[in-house]
Amino acid sequence: MSATVLEAPVGASVTPATYCYDAFDKQFVAERTAQFRDQVERRLAGLLTEEQFKPLRLMNGVYLQLHAYMLRVAIPYGTLSAVQLRRLADIAERFDKGYGHFTTRQNLQFNWPRLVEIPDILEQLAEVEMHAIQTSGNCIRNVTTDQWAGVAADEIMDPRPWCELLRQWSSLHPEFSFLPRKFKIAVTGSPVDRAAVATHDIGLRMKRDGEGRPGFEVLAGGGLGRTPILARTVRAFLPADELLAYVGAILRVYNRFGRRDNKFKARIKILVHEQGIEAFRAAVEAEYAAGEHAAEAALTRAELARIQAHFQPIGYEDDLPERDPGFDRAVFEDEVFAGWVRGNLVRHKVPGYAIVNISLKPVGGIPGDATAAQMRTVADLAERHGLGEIRVTHEQNLVLPHVRLRDVHAVWEALGEAGLATPNLGLISDIIACPGMDYCALATARSIPVAQAVARRFADLDRQRQIGDLKIKISGCINACGHHHVGHIGILGLEKKGVESYQITLGGDAGADAAIGKILGPGFAYDEITDAVETIVDTYLQGRNGPGETFLAFHARVGAAPFKEALYAAR
Amino acid sequence: MVSRVLTANHLASGDVVYLAADGWTPLLRDALIASDAAAEACLLGRAARDEEADIVVDPYLVEVEHSAGRIEAVHYRERFRARGPSVRPDLGKQALAGALA
Repeated sequence: MSATVLEAPVGASVTPATYCYDAFDKQFVAERTAQFRDQVERRLAGLLTEEQFKPLRLMNGVYLQLHAYMLRVAIPYGTLSAVQLRRLADIAERFDKGYGHFTTRQNLQFNWPRLVEIPDILEQLAEVEMHAIQTSGNCIRNVTTDQWAGVAADEIMDPRPWCELLRQWSSLHPEFSFLPRKFKIAVTGSPVDRAAVATHDIGLRMKRDGEGRPGFEVLAGGGLGRTPILARTVRAFLPADELLAYVGAILRVYNRFGRRDNKFKARIKILVHEQGIEAFRAAVEAEYAAGEHAAEAALTRAELARIQAHFQPIGYEDDLPERDPGFDRAVFEDEVFAGWVRGNLVRHKVPGYAIVNISLKPVGGIPGDATAAQMRTVADLAERHGLGEIRVTHEQNLVLPHVRLRDVHAVWEALGEAGLATPNLGLISDIIACPGMDYCALATARSIPVAQAVARRFADLDRQRQIGDLKIKISGCINACGHHHVGHIGILGLEKKGVESYQITLGGDAGADAAIGKILGPGFAYDEITDAVETIVDTYLQGRNGPGETFLAFHARVGAAPFKEALYAAR
Repeated sequence: MVSRVLTANHLASGDVVYLAADGWTPLLRDALIASDAAAEACLLGRAARDEEADIVVDPYLVEVEHSAGRIEAVHYRERFRARGPSVRPDLGKQALAGALA
């Protein structure tokens, strides 16, 4: 088979959209759903103890949280169809409290399901080709990617068929279902990293070699949590059809040498760190060299071709002009619309189309939450104007990836009526926040109300735009689900002497120049943290060399000293 | 001697529950209060039985303060757990009429 089959179809009329299950997939998910129904019935009948049941429910995405069970639904690489999103809305209303929470792994969580009804929810999901398998447990979790995959103008290749290949390969993989700890993989098809690949157990950057052949830079050993470490490059260039064999080699090295004696030292980042990247790389290469890969590569090519055939082609309108007069006029005439366009619209690779980003961060709202009505609005808009597809971002927003320019104004108006037209993408109020102690059993402090208070403090859009690109990320405990380590301003909620206390880090970055933020100094009380953030922002605004110097660039130039002076001198 | 109540999650629903005189209740205000070691042992004995009977999961004792008929958890985590999400006053126990009285 020639290498050209490795290319995801590219072109005005054949870009793949959502993956459609085949008969095997449907049977696989249906059987798993039936198995879990049986397991729940046995648990309720007392035939399984909690100790026996807990790993089974976790492997199906069911946690017991602070107030209730929580069901984490897998949204593979953040791609949803309108039908699927509408079903999530139905489930939210019928089985939960009328809303869902989009997460930093591009998944969706229901916060209030009853255990007795979760098998019914899974059946509802299976009907629209969804499930909750491997959204928890010490296995390979939902593979994440760029929310603009397949449509970004700066993309080298569409990573989603590869994500699907990894997903199918890793689903219930007998060798990798009981790893030392959870395992997260992210893929970017663009050199502009919007998938935070360096913070993952394995990060994959799609590349081409000198002859134009597709492949990956393979990184390993990244992770946040209590020990934040950025992934290191294991292979600078791996031919694409060797992907599964090489990822398998990494996992086998981890499975064999990763620590199982201490949960806090069990992630692959600790193994890579303790062994050193050279020794780790040597172990992976030795493992890889020991395999018989010709057959595996052929299988990878065949499987990829099969998977690509199951992505429905997108029917773009051919020969649309680059510009649309109606769109241009609306931008000219409506200042509010123009502001939203500047912030939330991104150039599409196909002429006449745009990528519409939907903020789930209204001022004072809960980051990532969407009501059932809002989900239906987005689903309807996707069907009417967006070729039926929606994306979920790891920054807890949504995307309509294929909107004709001439429809953008109508989409914006409908989003506005649903409270979904906040024009703050990438601005200071576009905050990542984990559920924190408002929902999570592991949390040591609240995150959401801190995000709300900061967003309210900076509600003035002109002020937000003056500040420019500034990412705040908030976690409610050291597990760092809110990615605070890679926030330009990171906030970590802890418990100190019986009350909530918030530690600030500065200089983190999840992008192509990934960096871990550094702790600024002593923490702040709950009622002090918003003022502290404002002091940091004011220090930046007063000291920067004009609007062209971003917060990160300013911090890199001056270091922590002026921020410390402003925050702590008067204390 | 601090006072404690027994809490857990209801197995079938996942709801936060407290042990009251007539069984498990969703409301902290109705919980039985143990003010000495013997009473705590009694609560834990009941917890073990009801866990074994698959009525509740993860039972444990929670420190509370009580006066004039009101009970409040000492730790803020347990106060959120007894009420509901601080960012959604329309959800959780706090949404039940008179639940926090």
